[in-house]
Amino acid sequence: MSDLQRTPLRDFHAARGGRLVDFAGWEMPVQYRSILEEHKAVRRAAGLFDVSHMGEVEVKGPQALDFLENLVTNEVARLIPGKVLYTPMCAADGGTLDDLLIYLRAPGEYLLCVNAGNIAADLAWMARQAEGFAVTVTDRSADYALLAIQGPASVAILQSLTGAKLGMLANYTFCEGTVAGVSCLISRTGYTGEDGFELYHAPADAVGLAEALLAAGAPHGLELAGLGARDSLRLEAGFPLHGHELSPAISPVAAGLGWTVKLGKARPSLAHAALTREMAEGAARRVVFFRTGDRRIVRADAPVRGADGAIVGRVLSGTLSPLLNEAIGSALIDRAAAGGPLSVDIRGVEIGLLSVRPPFVPLRRG
Amino acid sequence: MSNIPADLHYAKSHEWIRLAADGTALVGITDYAQSSLGDITFMQLPKVGAILATGATFGVVESVKAASDLYLPAAGVVLAVNPALEASPEMLNRDPYGEAWMLKLKLDGSAPLELLDATAYARHVG
Repeated sequence: MSDLQRTPLRDFHAARGGRLVDFAGWEMPVQYRSILEEHKAVRRAAGLFDVSHMGEVEVKGPQALDFLENLVTNEVARLIPGKVLYTPMCAADGGTLDDLLIYLRAPGEYLLCVNAGNIAADLAWMARQAEGFAVTVTDRSADYALLAIQGPASVAILQSLTGAKLGMLANYTFCEGTVAGVSCLISRTGYTGEDGFELYHAPADAVGLAEALLAAGAPHGLELAGLGARDSLRLEAGFPLHGHELSPAISPVAAGLGWTVKLGKARPSLAHAALTREMAEGAARRVVFFRTGDRRIVRADAPVRGADGAIVGRVLSGTLSPLLNEAIGSALIDRAAAGGPLSVDIRGVEIGLLSVRPPFVPLRRG
Repeated sequence: MSNIPADLHYAKSHEWIRLAADGTALVGITDYAQSSLGDITFMQLPKVGAILATGATFGVVESVKAASDLYLPAAGVVLAVNPALEASPEMLNRDPYGEAWMLKLKLDGSAPLELLDATAYARHVG
């Protein structure tokens, strides 16, 4: 795996039993002990994830806001310093190029967090869109490591290591502070549906910070968690993963993320016309989430059949919900069939898909 | 390192077989197999009384990561299947040579697959 990129925690993971795999060109731990046990630890207590492979992009300049409003579908003007915004980034046809977080650090100074597999394409797209705006777009991915601590115990664990007043930090806000002596951007965000934090910090500090969090968290039941649990947690919470529930072929409207498309914003996005049409007419296909009542996992790309046996879509994501102990997933389904009976074939057995409005399990935060 | 008991025989496809003096045998999957699959989530086994040929697909084991067919190391009649496995497939991750045995067979005496002893299997999984 020598051609893969490594986070500063690669050896830390290997020394703790992390099973390292190729994820979007990065050598990342998919699990340590067990995906199912790590998943349950996050819902029960807390989990520590290395997500340093995520990309960071700095956007600065007098027209940074204008540039971003054109670039993304949510309304960036709503941000005040210290707030975080989740938004899709769409092409002119409404297809989703990526989904990202936007941090407003100071007026005219934004930090974007993008998916690891999309960093190069996002930067190229942003450079093109930046033409004509007084803005600089800079790849800062190499300047940040990123640890996520997620789960109901994460606030108590993190508070034991920082003077920052975490009780004052609402969901989707952030502050700058030190954690175990390490300068961090402390963000109350995550990808599990649990309370939690994401800590942006210098790569040289990553091992020390991870060790401090593990030590402080052990009495609370904190466990290391890999990307396998991260994926099952986000699917159980009903969060999209770019390349699955969102893609250049799936707009935020089709994905059921209409709330992230602000058609009325003062400076419309470059996808405004396409998304306005899709909102008005309804998406031709939509993302539906399902459970099956069966333990057989419904795998991505499996064809989905409708009432008369015709193929009406395909599976986007599938896993076993460790809490429900049954298969859950998502599928992209033709609009006409989306309300009707759906099924997939698994090794000759017809498995019915029961549509569910996520989250699949009660979450401490939505 | 994976656990490879010396008293079993192994198929290259990672099933083990424990041959008994009375012509019966127990079959399961190896520690290496369960570890490679990761968290096992589903198990499908044949019916008692099924007559299976050497190399037949006798079941499916599925993990969070993937589903894999299981191949019979030696032909025979299925005398018993482990009743606990379908309800608790995760026991395969805990004890693949003990409580998570899969089948008990009455061997029919025909040629088994090319089986490996523990040393050869250890080399095979390298």
